[in-house]
Amino acid sequence: MTDETTTAALRIQGLKSALAGPFDLNVAHGGCIGITGQSGSGKSLFLRMICDLDPNEGEVWLDGVARSTMTSPAWRRQVVYVPAESGWWDDHILAHFPNDQRDAARAMATRLGLPDDILGGLVSRLSTGERQRMALIRAFLMNAPVLLLDEPTSALDGDGAARIEAILSERLAAGMALVLVTHDPAQARRMATQRYVMAAGKLTAAPKDGSGAAS
Amino acid sequence: MNAISLTPQDLAIASSLILFDAALSLVLHLRLHWKIIIASARMVGQLVLIGFVLKWIFAINNPAVTLGLIVLMVLIAARETAARPERRFKGQTGLGIGAASVASATLVTALFALTTALRPHPWYDPHYAVPLAGILLGNILNATSLSLDAFLGSIAREKPAVEARLTLGATYWQAATPFVRDAIRRGLVPIINQMSAAGVVTLPGIMTGQILAGLDPLEAVKYQILLMFLLAGGSGLAAAGAAYLAAWRLTDERQRLRLDRLQARKG
Repeated sequence: MTDETTTAALRIQGLKSALAGPFDLNVAHGGCIGITGQSGSGKSLFLRMICDLDPNEGEVWLDGVARSTMTSPAWRRQVVYVPAESGWWDDHILAHFPNDQRDAARAMATRLGLPDDILGGLVSRLSTGERQRMALIRAFLMNAPVLLLDEPTSALDGDGAARIEAILSERLAAGMALVLVTHDPAQARRMATQRYVMAAGKLTAAPKDGSGAAS
Repeated sequence: MNAISLTPQDLAIASSLILFDAALSLVLHLRLHWKIIIASARMVGQLVLIGFVLKWIFAINNPAVTLGLIVLMVLIAARETAARPERRFKGQTGLGIGAASVASATLVTALFALTTALRPHPWYDPHYAVPLAGILLGNILNATSLSLDAFLGSIAREKPAVEARLTLGATYWQAATPFVRDAIRRGLVPIINQMSAAGVVTLPGIMTGQILAGLDPLEAVKYQILLMFLLAGGSGLAAAGAAYLAAWRLTDERQRLRLDRLQARKG
């Protein structure tokens, strides 16, 4: 084993489905894997497989503990996936936050530049960008050791994206591991400690010159 | 009062109403005239046939034959429940779920009635068992297919909401139970409406038939009340059975939402 695998927060080995893979990847504590690639190349499928939402083969370890040894809810609480468009199971935004998380949710909403009273509103009244940020807050409050983010700032302007990136950077500094799918090569350069390109269901390391960008 | 026996001529005169419907369809371009004629022809053929079958079954009075007929009715009902929902399972799963919930609900309710309220001798007397199974099946079929349709339609439509809960660490059953609950409610709505409207807005078919056939209205009413209770019980069992079975088939050992087990939706 290399140093990289022994210190890996998330270790992925032989992860595949009929549609994508196999994938092998290690994400260190504090590491951010940036993945770019065209639509339909398998980026979202990859994240869905890691958090076990789609049928897959292979194994994933969190700090050396195999996914297959824990229940999927326990796994998904620690390896939290946020899709590009999140779902909402209640008309009221507040219903998506447990009682003990509501103050933290308000504080984080303020930090992301959202209106103070946003939690009291209806999901249907949120703009796409507001919805995206609320979904991220929901995931951030899980305080998970690993986050899998699919286009987390696609509906945000430069300032909105910077606020999200600031929170992510703090979490990374505290040891969280992040797999970040993005269409924005600049974001990948800013955030990622390692960059990869997804093409036709295969992951390859991006060229070192920094041009490994999505078309 | 004796029943007024109907002659074929009486029915032929009544069938003019079908021709009226067909004419209406032609005039208003409803494009229903063939459907109306075919459906009414089917209805006549099927009912005459079942009339002869029942006559034969009552005459030979053999429990095995009675059971065979009821099993056949259950299978036809199961096929209907699997075919009706807009979203369907791949393969034979829908048929299996339909058969399991329709058969168990019918069996439990019919046996309950035959051993408590009705108690014919013998309890499997086809005069009671077959018509009872028939009326139960009609309602149970309806409750099952409504429940199945509601569950599969809503969970497929709400996939992002279900998966949002899963990604935040909920179990599959936590995420799916609201849809199961709604599906069961949907399955029970018709019988609740039927009970509320009975005697006020509508005279239920069984009761009307018995009164027309010469039975004392209060006797007919008692039968109708018993039947409503049986139908409500059967509908509840069937709607719950179908929704839970469908929910169970849409997940796996890793608590995923397996919509890939449904057929792709057509246009």
